[in-house]
Amino acid sequence: MLTPPITSRDHVTGNQQGSTEIVEYGDFQCPYCGEAFGIVRDLLQSLSNVKFVFRHFPLAESHEYAMDAALAAEAAARQEQFWPMHDAIYQHQQELSDDLFSKLAQQLHLNLEQFKEDMQDNQLVSKVEADFESGIRSGVNGTPTFFINGKRFNGDYRNLLSAVRH
Amino acid sequence: MLQNGDKAPDFTLAASPDKLVTLSDLRGKNVILAFYPADWSPVCSDQMALYNEMLRFFERYNAVLLGISVDGAWCHKAFTKDRNLHFDLLADFEPKGLVSRLYGVYQDGVSQRALFVIDDQGVIRWSYLSPIGENPGADGILQALESISTTA
Repeated sequence: MLTPPITSRDHVTGNQQGSTEIVEYGDFQCPYCGEAFGIVRDLLQSLSNVKFVFRHFPLAESHEYAMDAALAAEAAARQEQFWPMHDAIYQHQQELSDDLFSKLAQQLHLNLEQFKEDMQDNQLVSKVEADFESGIRSGVNGTPTFFINGKRFNGDYRNLLSAVRH
Repeated sequence: MLQNGDKAPDFTLAASPDKLVTLSDLRGKNVILAFYPADWSPVCSDQMALYNEMLRFFERYNAVLLGISVDGAWCHKAFTKDRNLHFDLLADFEPKGLVSRLYGVYQDGVSQRALFVIDDQGVIRWSYLSPIGENPGADGILQALESISTTA
């Protein structure tokens, strides 16, 4: 079961009042999450009743940019641009580098100085780690892992749409 | 398979070509034993990669993680380096599977995918046998460590 359930700390997109709640635990450098990104985008376009939440699950020892990417998304969130940054990172997943995040921040017209300062903020590290720990407690064992209405979806994420429609 | 309340059988195994680990030397710490079938196979790799990210959570509970498979010490060494692992993988290699047998988790020539949480007195407090193709995650381990720390 999803622990804790969706809270006000979570980043929500789709239909905020949607009756179907999907939570993804993802890593920005994980290629499967990159594939799932497109699947989720299509799903949100075709279903109007889905409330979608993304929580961080960076495998930082395996993926050198996973943690910085998560921090970049959180830093963008401080300027109300979590989802544009989330999308931009996945769209540029093949080009991950130390410089990419500032470049994306510029493209999103963020206050760059503030963004760079926030990337160094330990509070954001704690937030990402809290997401990770909640994932462990919820039974996440790899990425991406999806929860549909609080219950772990054990099927192939490519079939997420049909599972939700069902 | 040994269960909650059983005394954890002592053992000494190679953690690398030049390092031995003895379970009873770790008395005073909680120990997580993660038996798994083989280095390099996909599910094990994900499981070990996950635990590798969790070492700081385990430390909070005064716990040490040890992976165990029948792979040899040199194989473990290469795997550890490739995956950037920061915990010991023990070689249950000679005689093959001896420790896995002691814990009742040896079958078909390999260690089963089994987890044990042992308390600081050397008593098993939780064990779990996972389907061999399934990554058991770590929620059970954290719950077991939590219950040890609240009853201590």
